[in-house]
Amino acid sequence: MQDPKLCATEKRGLHELEAGKDLMGWDEVTQGSVLPSFEGDASNIAHLKQEERDYSHFNSYTATVASWRVQKPVFNIDVCIDCQNCWVWCPDTSIISRDKQMLGIDYDHCKGCEVCVEVCPTNPKSLLMFSEQEDLETALSQWPEKKKKEK
Amino acid sequence: MAITSVKNLKEFSTANDRFEGAHTLCPGCAHSMIVRELMNCTDDNLVVTTNTGCLEVSTAVYPFTSWDTSWMHIGFENAASAAGGAEAMYKARKKKGTLKDPDAPVKFVAFGGDGSTFDIGFQWMSGAFERGHDFTYICLDNENYANTGGQRSSATPIGATTSTAQAGTHSYGKKEKKKDIVAIMAAHGAPYVAQLAPNKWKSMAKGFQKALETEGPCFINTVSPCCTEWRFDPKDTIGITDLATDSLMFPIYEIIDGHELNILYRPKNVIPVEDYLAAQGRYKHLFKPEYRHVIDEIQKGVDEYWEMLQRREEARV
Ligand SMILES: Cc1ncc(C[n+]2csc(CCOP(=O)(O)OP(=O)(O)O)c2C)c(N)n1
Ligand code: SF4
Ligand code: SF4
Ligand code: SF4
Ligand SMILES: [Mg+2]
Repeated sequence: MQDPKLCATEKRGLHELEAGKDLMGWDEVTQGSVLPSFEGDASNIAHLKQEERDYSHFNSYTATVASWRVQKPVFNIDVCIDCQNCWVWCPDTSIISRDKQMLGIDYDHCKGCEVCVEVCPTNPKSLLMFSEQEDLETALSQWPEKKKKEK
Repeated sequence: MAITSVKNLKEFSTANDRFEGAHTLCPGCAHSMIVRELMNCTDDNLVVTTNTGCLEVSTAVYPFTSWDTSWMHIGFENAASAAGGAEAMYKARKKKGTLKDPDAPVKFVAFGGDGSTFDIGFQWMSGAFERGHDFTYICLDNENYANTGGQRSSATPIGATTSTAQAGTHSYGKKEKKKDIVAIMAAHGAPYVAQLAPNKWKSMAKGFQKALETEGPCFINTVSPCCTEWRFDPKDTIGITDLATDSLMFPIYEIIDGHELNILYRPKNVIPVEDYLAAQGRYKHLFKPEYRHVIDEIQKGVDEYWEMLQRREEARV
């Protein structure tokens, strides 16, 4: 090991400054990590629908959290009034709404929180939770009837 | 500025999302409801900075990012400094003519949790407001340091149990009152300051748009119910927010130029705070006979604050 006294010379600071001349300047250091969300030019992203975008593999859109779910929301288009409550409050950008119409659920990103079901105002609801294993057709065939208002 | 129409939800829903899924916030977390709404209410390019906290940690899990805009994280406390620095550089480069696309509209936004806003990043935020940068600071107020396991912050209300102010046989939880951050930021003379909530999506979108459009530093405190630390079922996030705004625990209002106060939501039926408290596990102990007096104290505080807001709205001072 180097003798610590060797470092404690008066010139130490100067030596380091001299040596520093060869180091990278503050404006040459590359950033710790830069993740481009898209391939190529992204200046028009706000005007492109998700399916029209060229996502890079860094974008979490290309990842999935489907395995978080135990239950999944199922959408019944026949009852839906396109109010968009589910769209505005879904915390996981998983309600697919296009041209003012609710089209369905993005099961790659839905975590099964059930918020959409809670805020759906129709009677019966247009979104209901089913077990993750249930196939969509069976789920739709079990849809409840309109509930009478309790007096 | 190109604003998205928020006349009704159908029109709003034509916005193209710029906050992507597969982030790792808890199911039902209100943080992302608020962030999505901010990003959907404008077409402008956004430069977003974020303090450390659940939002930052969950939306930048290497090698992924959930942000379809320029987004920057540097430290727990300095989202406001970073936004201010980026904004100053943008202005300077615009003047020098070195911007690639000088006519593209750009807005600067900083997000922080209540821990970073009310406590650890307060000085940085205060400085950026004093210097007058043209940016919007949005606090995601879940009333605790959620990302590190629910410690008390100065945003935690009196009576809530947290991991560092625990309720038990000798304590009813946090003893101190919540810091009035909205008044503090209004006292900076900011041109636009507001408190908004995700259940009232329209007033929230309009408030966001106003803040983005207003030149100078704008501050918005948003109530962000945290199912994990407030202890409620994730499906109830919006229901809990309804209880928060309808009990007036979180009044919805704005303050323009530090004095012109407007109440943005008046509940038709004001509910007792007890109903709001009863819906969350963090206040469960207050319903024991020995701690019931804390509920009365909270109700008294809420009533007095509402009275003050109404008087200030009338007085316009
Ligand atoms: C200077 C500093 N202190 C402490 C931490 C540890 N830390 C990381 S996130 C966090 C909690 C953040 O709480 P808040 O700002 O309320 O955001 P929330 O997670 O609740 O959304 C803390 C204490 C840190 N990263 N840096
Ligand atoms: S269950 Fe939750 S994550 Fe899934 S679509 Fe509904 S609101 Fe979105
Ligand atoms: S909340 Fe229900 S009715 Fe409204 S758009 Fe969604 S599914 Fe349709
Ligand atoms: S702990 Fe709370 S704030 Fe953090 S991600 Fe979970 S619900 Fe959201
Ligand atoms: Mg917090």
